[in-house]
Amino acid sequence: MLHDAVLVAGKDLRIEARSRVALWQVVPFAVLVLVLLAFAIGPDQAALRHAAPGIFWVALLFSTVLAIQRSVAVESGEGTRDGLRLSGIDPAGIFLGKAAAIGLQLLALQLILWAGVTFLFDVRVHVIWLAVVACLLATVGLACAGVLYGALSAGLRVRDTLLPLLVLPVLAPVLLAGSKVWQAALDNNASSGTQWLKILVPFAVVYLVVGIVLYGPLQEAA
Amino acid sequence: MAPVVLFRAAVALAGRFPALAGVDLSLDQGEVVVVVGPNGAGKTSLLRACAGLLPVTSGEASVLDVDLTADHTAVRRFVGLLGHAAPLYDELTAAENVRFAVRALGLPVKNADQALERLGLTGRLRSTAAGRLSAGQRRRVALAALLARNPTLWLLDEPHAGLDAGSRALLGELIGEAVSSGASVLLSSHEPQLSVPLADRVVSMVGGRVTGEEPGGRRVTLTAVPASPPEAAAGDVGAFHVA
Repeated sequence: MLHDAVLVAGKDLRIEARSRVALWQVVPFAVLVLVLLAFAIGPDQAALRHAAPGIFWVALLFSTVLAIQRSVAVESGEGTRDGLRLSGIDPAGIFLGKAAAIGLQLLALQLILWAGVTFLFDVRVHVIWLAVVACLLATVGLACAGVLYGALSAGLRVRDTLLPLLVLPVLAPVLLAGSKVWQAALDNNASSGTQWLKILVPFAVVYLVVGIVLYGPLQEAA
Repeated sequence: MAPVVLFRAAVALAGRFPALAGVDLSLDQGEVVVVVGPNGAGKTSLLRACAGLLPVTSGEASVLDVDLTADHTAVRRFVGLLGHAAPLYDELTAAENVRFAVRALGLPVKNADQALERLGLTGRLRSTAAGRLSAGQRRRVALAALLARNPTLWLLDEPHAGLDAGSRALLGELIGEAVSSGASVLLSSHEPQLSVPLADRVVSMVGGRVTGEEPGGRRVTLTAVPASPPEAAAGDVGAFHVA
């Protein structure tokens, strides 16, 4: 399974590196969300600082949907979906590989967003380890849930419009918990933040396990 | 020895409609069977069922001793399917696409290099992104991926489509070599002048059923045979009749 996951992740990342969709579309989109939400809040620096964690996670969630759509689109070419099913690769390996590829892209995106909120909203993360742990856990959860729901919508002609409707409500706990952890990290209140990690941990674990078990049947049904 | 493919009254559904409506077919080891028939006859569905992509819902169906009615996915790693569309990633080069197919089965990468060379995909072609290749070149890359995987059962859906004369001749050679090494070939075709000379048997399909069988390698005439309206798709040109 691990060999298959590495193979699929390598393939997806190589395709992304060549197409540069993540670089030229997903990253600018995420930064645009940051800037637009900053405009919507207005010039009040205190309000911006207060909203920064939420804006970070909203931008991340919306960008995650784009990354998932891109991951699904890689296998939407005529013949490639059947090709992958016939490849002999373990479906669990495909799931893990695709989730790993999305996860690595999301980690890179979070670094950019982190720099973005620091620069635009003039905020400083005091408990860095807490913010980093939240980002890592959220990345696992977002990537696994995203690949799973991506597989669910893969065979549908309306997948591009349906996917955000399916996946955004599911990812809402990440938005909530991530924002709270980041707020605690900004406020130098680690004990408050660790409480919210208790949502991110089961979210990541549940979607990781469910994805490994269900990706195969979903792939067949799509 | 058990047949490589054995279908008895096999039914497979595409949505709510029977794509295969009681197919009876057998294919022995080292045999080449060509399936002919009008559009919508069920040729592609038959190949997809053999590949484990289309579940058989009733009747008997086994491929390489795998009961497709019990687990249609188990046979996939042993078959090679060349479908209408080449299963290639546009951003990857020809070589990367073939290597991915080979690595997926845990086979040595040299299989990919040998197959690329055999298909004439060398030099600049080898390192060209699949999305920039012509339809015929893409077909050759897909064929190279199939060859590199060394399947026990070759499933070729209109394999001559988009290939130039040289590539068609090469395809004939590859089929001959595969059969010599013990593989079996099930091939659907609208071009009997190209495919029937390769065949041990020619099977006709209409309306999701096998309607006739003739020995292959005989003189073939192309005759329009009216298909019944519910079974014929718009634009049908008629069935091939093996004389």
